[in-house]
Amino acid sequence: MTATAVAAKKEEERKGGWFVRITIVVVVLLWTIPTLGVLVSSFRPEQLVDSTGWWTSLAHPLRDAEWTLGNYRSALSTGGFGNAFLNSLAVAVPSTVIPVTIAAFAAYAFSWMNFRGRHLMFVAVVGLMVVPLQMALIPILRLYTGGATLGGVTVFPDLDLGGTFLGVWLAHTAFGLPLAVYLLRNYIGSLPSSIIESARIDGADHFTIFWRLIIPLSVPALAAFAIFQFLWVWNDLLIAYVFLGGSHENRVLTIALADLVGSRGENWHLLTSAAFVSMALPMAVFFSLQRYFVRGLTAGSVKG
Amino acid sequence: MSSSVQTPPRGPILVPEPPPPGHARSLRATVLRVVGAVMVPLLAVGLLWWTLDFLRDSDANRFLVVGVALVVGVLGVFGLFWSMNRVVDWLPERFQEGARPYVFVGPALVILSVFLVYPVINTILISFKDAQSKSFVGLDNYKFVFTDESMLRSIRNTVGWIVLVPLVAVTVGLAFATLADRLRRGEAVAKSLIFLPMAISFVGAAIVWRFIYSFRPEGFGTNIGLLNGIASGLGHDPVPWLQERPWNNLMLMVIMVWMQTGFAMIVLSAAIKAIPDEIVEAARIDGASEMKVFRHITIPTILPTVVVVTTYMVINALKVFDIVFVMGNAEANGTEVIAERMIRWFFIGDNNGRGAAIAVVLFLAVIPVMYWNIRRFREQEAIR
Repeated sequence: MTATAVAAKKEEERKGGWFVRITIVVVVLLWTIPTLGVLVSSFRPEQLVDSTGWWTSLAHPLRDAEWTLGNYRSALSTGGFGNAFLNSLAVAVPSTVIPVTIAAFAAYAFSWMNFRGRHLMFVAVVGLMVVPLQMALIPILRLYTGGATLGGVTVFPDLDLGGTFLGVWLAHTAFGLPLAVYLLRNYIGSLPSSIIESARIDGADHFTIFWRLIIPLSVPALAAFAIFQFLWVWNDLLIAYVFLGGSHENRVLTIALADLVGSRGENWHLLTSAAFVSMALPMAVFFSLQRYFVRGLTAGSVKG
Repeated sequence: MSSSVQTPPRGPILVPEPPPPGHARSLRATVLRVVGAVMVPLLAVGLLWWTLDFLRDSDANRFLVVGVALVVGVLGVFGLFWSMNRVVDWLPERFQEGARPYVFVGPALVILSVFLVYPVINTILISFKDAQSKSFVGLDNYKFVFTDESMLRSIRNTVGWIVLVPLVAVTVGLAFATLADRLRRGEAVAKSLIFLPMAISFVGAAIVWRFIYSFRPEGFGTNIGLLNGIASGLGHDPVPWLQERPWNNLMLMVIMVWMQTGFAMIVLSAAIKAIPDEIVEAARIDGASEMKVFRHITIPTILPTVVVVTTYMVINALKVFDIVFVMGNAEANGTEVIAERMIRWFFIGDNNGRGAAIAVVLFLAVIPVMYWNIRRFREQEAIR
């Protein structure tokens, strides 16, 4: 047998044994059942949700009385959801692009440029990951609405950023940056120095190397962080509430959902359907970017 | 520490250090650097702000406002870096190499200083003051942190969180990424389902797990929680899962593992797929078993990523707050954690000094993790 034939046979053995398949199915089931419970509950009438376990409905999948679309209807008919969806978009997209860009530049500088104190700066940036954001909210809000002066000198001008998109973007950027710099520094720093050095010899400057070489090579890491940041911003309630406010005009989807809970008491059956409405876009984003994680994108060009 | 670690990091790029400049010139260079790193981003932000004035106009068409916001937000950041780079190009040649790094890191440093460093300094100051931040009280707040019974319990619980949650999440994530890589088909579906909880907000997660842990004592209606449903199916009495000390801590950790394993799995899976096929194939042709390939090729190659993911998980576990906060009364159940205590004292207990002191302890706790990371980055630079 030739070497390729041996490899092909091995490849065949390696792929999907029973052990692999069963383990995967068990883990997937364990991870999915909690969400499944809510999904099933979101289609059940109010009094049933509160009186019997959701799994009992699965025993009678065809009985009409067990199922309803009413939860979705009443969650969506509350109004203002289209507007809230647009606002969420206007908050989430820049709040993802801005930190990814800023972090990628910084990560490149931390790994491939030479300047004094870069180790110290990097440690400081990563150390900031641990700052609980709840603690930073009040000082930042004070900066937004009043600026800051130190001994009569204006250190931070009063930009009146409260209630603006820019204010929310900057806050999300700041809270996402430490992790972004950390992840991207790790990835960009592990690219082989040979490709960057040869680009330098060919006369490329840092900006060109970064734009033409580093960014295309880092797509998996950039996409991974972008997805993560997008989900985090989309699901955020606190920052949007503090910096953008809860007015009907400005509120994002999470605030609209929270209002729904607030105005109707603890309506868990409504929350189940509302939770799934708000999950729709993040899931779509994740599935459409899924291909960035598939094999072959980086193999050979990066570590070969 | 090996000797390679202690050698100073090599200059990353083949640019020779400029000859040591005279005192006056280095001063001028420093001034220029400061200008490059601070003024330009401020100017750009100012410019952006003028555009954004339009966005405050609440009478404008909402679609238009959102459209402008998207364009300005996305293109603005690219324009910022491009224009800053142009400004550096106009500098005298001898300053360019010195100033350019600050173009790259400047925006990150400016934003972080305003939004995170300033609040941290603020917090450190407050931690030495009394409840209303009026007068200094020395170390009283720190004494409270290390003597209060509930605080000590929260420190013990947090240690449990930062050990168990990263351990389980990274192990399961790595095992799943490795195994899913071998599926003939359905890999994307399997991975997406594990990742799914990451798309759920904390409010959503609280709803989800209510349908698992919900407990009603006998005679107060049917139990609608899955675990008690199983328990009664097996003929047991319903169990108050979130009140049974110390196991309720584990129950809460399960929620975090459920939410975070997807992240570990996705990042580790990307790293596994970046291993060149030739290396793995060569080892297989040489007769290496799958276990050997995993231990001697996969693990060493993705080790940097494992460290990154673990660090992230440890820090997240250190900061865990929402889960504990929404899943019942932490103090009554004995499930306090440090960040939850901080929020409670800051916002509910109305004692800024104590809240700030707890926050400072939280920062200090991360130093060993950071030290471990920096050592590893030095090693990475030494070998490349």
